[in-house]
Amino acid sequence: MDNSRLSTVLAIPRRPWFWAFAASAIAYFATLSLTEGRGGGELLSAALTFASFSAIVGLGQMFVITLGPGNVDLSIPATMTLAGTLSLKFMDGAAALILPGLALALAVGIGAGIFNYLLIRLLRIPPIIATLSASFLYQSLAIWWNRGLRIKPPEALADFSTGSLAGLPNLTIIGVLIALMSWVVLERSLFGRWVSAFGQNTRAARLSGIPVETVRAVTYIASAVLASFTGYLLASFSGGAALNMGTEYLLISIAVVVIGGCSIAGGNSNVPGIWGGALLMFLVVSMLNSYGFGAGVRLIMTGAIIIAIVAAASGKGRSA
Amino acid sequence: MEVATGAGRSIPDVPLVALSGACVHFGAVRALDGVSLSVSAGECVGLMGHNGAGKSTAVNVINGGLTPTDGEVRYGHEDGKNGTGVARARACGIRSVFQELSLCPNLSVLENLRVPHRDLTGFGWRRTAAGRIAGALDEIFPGHRIQPGMIVGDLTLAERQMVEIAAGFAGGPTPPRLVILDEPTSSLDASIARQLLDHVRRFCTNGGAVIFISHMLGEVFEVASRIDVMKDGKIIASRPASEFTQQGLIDAMGHVAAEKTAARATVESSQRIGEEVLKTPEGLNARKGEVVGLAGLAGHGQAEALARYFMSRSGKPGRVKDPEVAFVAGDRGRDGVMPLWSILQNLTLTHLPSLTRRGLVDAVAEQALGADWKKRIGIRTDNLDNLILSLSGGNQQKVLFARALASTAPIVVMDDPMRGVDVGTKQEAYDMIRTEAANGRTFLWYSTETEEVRQCDRVFVFRNGQISAELTGDGITEENILAASFQMQGAGA
Amino acid sequence: MNGKYRILLPVLSLTVLLAAVFYLQPRAMSYFGLNLLFNLAVPIALATIAQMMIIMVNDIDLSVGTFVSFVACVTATFLNDAPLIGVAILLASILAYAAIGALIHIRQLPAIVVTLGMSFVWGGLAVLLLPSPGGAAPAWIRTVMTVKPPLVPMAVVACILIAGLTHLLIMRSSTGTLLRAVGGNAQAVARSGWSVTKLKAGAYALAGVFGVLAGVCLVGLTTSADANIALRYTLLSIAGVILGGGEFTGGRVSPVGAVLGALTLALAGSFLSFMRLSPDWQIGAQGAILILVLAVRLIFSRRGRKWKGAENG
Repeated sequence: MDNSRLSTVLAIPRRPWFWAFAASAIAYFATLSLTEGRGGGELLSAALTFASFSAIVGLGQMFVITLGPGNVDLSIPATMTLAGTLSLKFMDGAAALILPGLALALAVGIGAGIFNYLLIRLLRIPPIIATLSASFLYQSLAIWWNRGLRIKPPEALADFSTGSLAGLPNLTIIGVLIALMSWVVLERSLFGRWVSAFGQNTRAARLSGIPVETVRAVTYIASAVLASFTGYLLASFSGGAALNMGTEYLLISIAVVVIGGCSIAGGNSNVPGIWGGALLMFLVVSMLNSYGFGAGVRLIMTGAIIIAIVAAASGKGRSA
Repeated sequence: MEVATGAGRSIPDVPLVALSGACVHFGAVRALDGVSLSVSAGECVGLMGHNGAGKSTAVNVINGGLTPTDGEVRYGHEDGKNGTGVARARACGIRSVFQELSLCPNLSVLENLRVPHRDLTGFGWRRTAAGRIAGALDEIFPGHRIQPGMIVGDLTLAERQMVEIAAGFAGGPTPPRLVILDEPTSSLDASIARQLLDHVRRFCTNGGAVIFISHMLGEVFEVASRIDVMKDGKIIASRPASEFTQQGLIDAMGHVAAEKTAARATVESSQRIGEEVLKTPEGLNARKGEVVGLAGLAGHGQAEALARYFMSRSGKPGRVKDPEVAFVAGDRGRDGVMPLWSILQNLTLTHLPSLTRRGLVDAVAEQALGADWKKRIGIRTDNLDNLILSLSGGNQQKVLFARALASTAPIVVMDDPMRGVDVGTKQEAYDMIRTEAANGRTFLWYSTETEEVRQCDRVFVFRNGQISAELTGDGITEENILAASFQMQGAGA
Repeated sequence: MNGKYRILLPVLSLTVLLAAVFYLQPRAMSYFGLNLLFNLAVPIALATIAQMMIIMVNDIDLSVGTFVSFVACVTATFLNDAPLIGVAILLASILAYAAIGALIHIRQLPAIVVTLGMSFVWGGLAVLLLPSPGGAAPAWIRTVMTVKPPLVPMAVVACILIAGLTHLLIMRSSTGTLLRAVGGNAQAVARSGWSVTKLKAGAYALAGVFGVLAGVCLVGLTTSADANIALRYTLLSIAGVILGGGEFTGGRVSPVGAVLGALTLALAGSFLSFMRLSPDWQIGAQGAILILVLAVRLIFSRRGRKWKGAENG
């Protein structure tokens, strides 16, 4: 009994997500060492809050990337922006419309997901170009809808999105809940099995009787819905939707999937790693900030981390 | 005879290529088992054999694509600048024309010559290349309508094959001395095949040499000066073509001493087999409880016919709980195994929808199903949670069998499922198939091995994508299958 | 799709768009008007060619935009102040591109992720060089970019030159043919004894060269640079290649088509402003045009494939 528990503990460093969390911890303490421990709570809370956004869109991107080579959703930023703008304009600051506003945001996500999938299926084009051209349309739609006006979210919603419960930011709780749900779907449900099978070997999945086209459609819709939900939360959190609010999440969503230890070759997803990657992305930036490095060094470090992780991971994974 | 190429001194009677005792092992499989073979200028060697006899391995050793694990390859025109592998063989004038097309479809006919012909550079290379390929095409296929500027992807299959053949014979920095043609006429019509055969004869008369692989016996007899028959990685007969007859050649390729397999359980087949349950556009049909075989040489449309049938009857989201058909893959890596998964996950994949509650997998029921099939089919592992890749090939194949049989599908499609499986496992699989058929399941079984095909109640033999014969009962013999697989009458289709 | 007709679609879409622009705004049909319409298209065309080099070998480059921004920053700072160092930096960045190509092939990495990582790196370097917009274009580039040739404006001449030269390089030369062969059938290339790694590195290096040219031209037009100056180019360049009849796999690309595709996308913006449609729809129109062209292309290729028979499924 004890022995098996020991081996479980020893196995932890071999988990792909371990390194993302370990690196996050190092970045966290490296930042704190500068302030001699002051502000640790604030830093943690900020990290948990901002990482929530990256984690939720990252989970959507993870589902898509798990489908295997060539599958990636480039429309995430535009979908976020569109959902954020549309829902905030619809609510127009009225507390009564918070839930209908959420429903509208999610509907935007479902619509975008279906549109993405139809482009892929009907035009038979690679997902990259399909989601890319669709994102141009969403972006324009968002611009046209509110012409850059910044409409404040309803007070109650803004309070909720910046508030916390028992010391944990509300957004973090939501992000963790979504991560838990994703984990259950991927590890315990039939659909999760199908997604993984699709990503490992689409042909074999089809020959095993899996309805592969349904799997692909649902996955792209899920990614768009998570993106639209994040757009809704982010717009509420930052006091209004901005037209460029989604931009940085294109690269981040892919980066957290890679850093979190999911296989770009498909079939292998890793939910805890998404959170690890999201925390790391934020903490590295704040560490470099506090050490006085500018935006330039931060970007270079981020790029170097991504490339190093992919190059290091390629040795195993693919050979199978 | 001197090689009429003028490219350097050639010594008569030195073979262009000589293998001595060449062996190639892929893991435990002996693809080539001590082959000695030499080809001299002026010879046309017909290389014959059933699927997996080792023909393509031998060809790959000759053209430098494979290095033999044991034994030796020697070329007649080594120029001292010894490169390795493919480059060395090419420098000695060895060219191969493969069955699977090795052209770049995005390039034009003349541009494709740029890849093998390294000297095509600098100003005016296009004119040189166009001259070479057009010259070869005009010589081999007079009256062809291929322009050197045409994009290969726009050509018909036959035209692509003509280009590939012409590129093999086209003059270049080193002239072709030995050209290996692997099923060169498979997509050519009769008159064009005729032109090719004439050219092969001309080429050999002028001092070139050809290794000719074809399933058209007539063609082989027409051009070959010598026929080498391969079986199980060995050359079992090598005689001048005139000493063979077509029937004698078929006998030589088959089991010399045909070991009689256990009498099939045909007795109860009459009461087992029920009404017709499937019919495909190709003319395949099967009845309830019947084991229907698809035979013929590999790559003659059997796998495609199965895949088309399966695809048309599966993949509907509404029917995942009671599928119409289940599939057993033979090419495990490409069509079957989920490499990142455990044995259990691989085993239950097809039946999984019936083991779920509210979308979640019932882990207990899954374990029970896995344990049940582990016992029934004898998967040799101590833990079903081990990775599928930890199993041997034969045991992986058992898992794929179990995946299909665990489902409720009344029809099971099997695409050469015994590839690389040991004899013991095969016997177990035969028993299992018979038991399942007795319970009313229908099997469509493509196999490249006659022994397996003889397990079937009825057999369709494929040639060139079409059914060339339907055999039943005692008519299912190696001789009949071979005869229907090979084109007996003359050259051309 | 038939190779010969591949070029028809981009020609057609550009012609239609140009005709529409002239119809709406006849004054655009002049030396000055054409220059205005196509001026900013020159760097986009060069970036599109860079992207095409990568797509030609079956990869995709998500770092084109940030790379061009980085080059623009180098041009507006080092190339202006210390030309020798500037040239050295640009050469080193081309070598970096070649190294990435080799790395991607040797370790069989997904190009999309590696170039994504590189986009952070180039972006970071650009920010280091020019934290805020500024710098100055070297005088000689200004001169080149503002030359007023007789009859036809510089922008048009430049585009014709780019299309012609890359066509010679990629479609006619023996080296270009070999590079396209890698995209078409890398296995056949390797079987003939070529090093696919070297060829891929070469294709990436060419992409680097054209990325550098794009950045230098861009600064010549805008006279100053900032770190985000060309971020849009990543998506525009991919769209341009596809509009120009290129395909993501199989080495099917067309340099002339890519330039035409870039011009079409650049023109789409002007067209909408002439339509008095709000500029909000500029990006959307680019997306819509892309989808439209892909749909038309699908119909074309369906037709072409019909004779093959029962393949539809």
